[in-house]
Amino acid sequence: MSRQDVLVTADWAEKNLGTDGIVFVEVDEDTTAYDGGHIPGAVKINWTNELQDPVRRDIVDKEQFEKLLSTKGIANDYLVVLYGGNNNWFAAYAYWEFKLYGHESVKLLDGGRKKWELDGRTLDTDEVSRPAATYTAKDPDLSIRAFRDEVVDSIGVKNLVDVRSPDEFSGKILAPAHLPQEQSQRPGHIPTAINVPWSKAANEDGTFKSDDDLRELYAEAGLDGSQPTIAYCRIGERSSHTWVVLRELLGHSDVKNYDGSWTEYGSLIGVPIELGSQTVGQSQKGQS
Amino acid sequence: MCGAPDQAVALPPGTDLTKETVLTGRVVAEGHPVGGAFVRLLDGTGEFTAEVVASAQGDFRFFAAPGTWTLRALSRSGNGEAVVKAEGPGLHATELAVA
Repeated sequence: MSRQDVLVTADWAEKNLGTDGIVFVEVDEDTTAYDGGHIPGAVKINWTNELQDPVRRDIVDKEQFEKLLSTKGIANDYLVVLYGGNNNWFAAYAYWEFKLYGHESVKLLDGGRKKWELDGRTLDTDEVSRPAATYTAKDPDLSIRAFRDEVVDSIGVKNLVDVRSPDEFSGKILAPAHLPQEQSQRPGHIPTAINVPWSKAANEDGTFKSDDDLRELYAEAGLDGSQPTIAYCRIGERSSHTWVVLRELLGHSDVKNYDGSWTEYGSLIGVPIELGSQTVGQSQKGQS
Repeated sequence: MCGAPDQAVALPPGTDLTKETVLTGRVVAEGHPVGGAFVRLLDGTGEFTAEVVASAQGDFRFFAAPGTWTLRALSRSGNGEAVVKAEGPGLHATELAVA
């Protein structure tokens, strides 16, 4: 994987709107953002009820994913270009899910909606309808998805990367600061996890930092990329952003996204939780 | 803080302002509201904490904690930042000018 295999620039995207075999897909945390204006020709996927099961807490299963893509008019051989708001958090989550179900050709628009808007590029509110396709998904690739038992067993064994903000990591707050804080789970982080907030991997305009900067970031944090890594956040979307960085951009071979993340882990009875800003590993390394 | 941002953006039901520290504000350029700016909240060390898109009227809101925060906005009308000191729970309003 190289950067060109994972990302497209806004310039490239603008030149390729309407190109046969390419479909732009918007996935936003704010599921109404698309309706207020979207990249011309882009279709919308709602992460809350199209990428996740509407009843159980889980991502959609293979059949649901097939139905979703078929309905959206996305065929197996299409290049899917995902983009969204909030620095592509939910577009990255969708990217991870497309990879999980074996979609061959999927990329992220670097900078997402933010860069597109700041550049003053066209958004429109035209209704987009695409003829239905017949999509066949592969069995889920569980080498990129971590479940809770594996996470508990990974304490002190695998790299655990908590990509939430420092205040969420330390236990000061339970959710990013644009969301209410009152929730049932306990605050803190998984013991032995290092804290490398997702935001350190992105520029202010939402684009990913350069490969060199990214390598330096995780090297300084003490992450050994030759070892297995599990990334987590609160609900699995910010950790998808870091999963894209570690596995897709930096090419670490064994990286899983723990989509249960803190809302699951922090609610489990009996698992260890650590409070405070630094793990032992970090304080040994970080005090230069 | 100066300014009196419109509080028309309703807080979610059940928000307890005796417990929650809510930072609100409006993005303005030359006194006029700027809609759709990207507003991020940085903590006392300058670390990114959260980001929202301001409403069409320029309003934004964060659920934070007591402390010193920096609000930074990027928009087509320019960029800007402001420091807000929230000494305790409650509603803390800020006018955030971009140029």
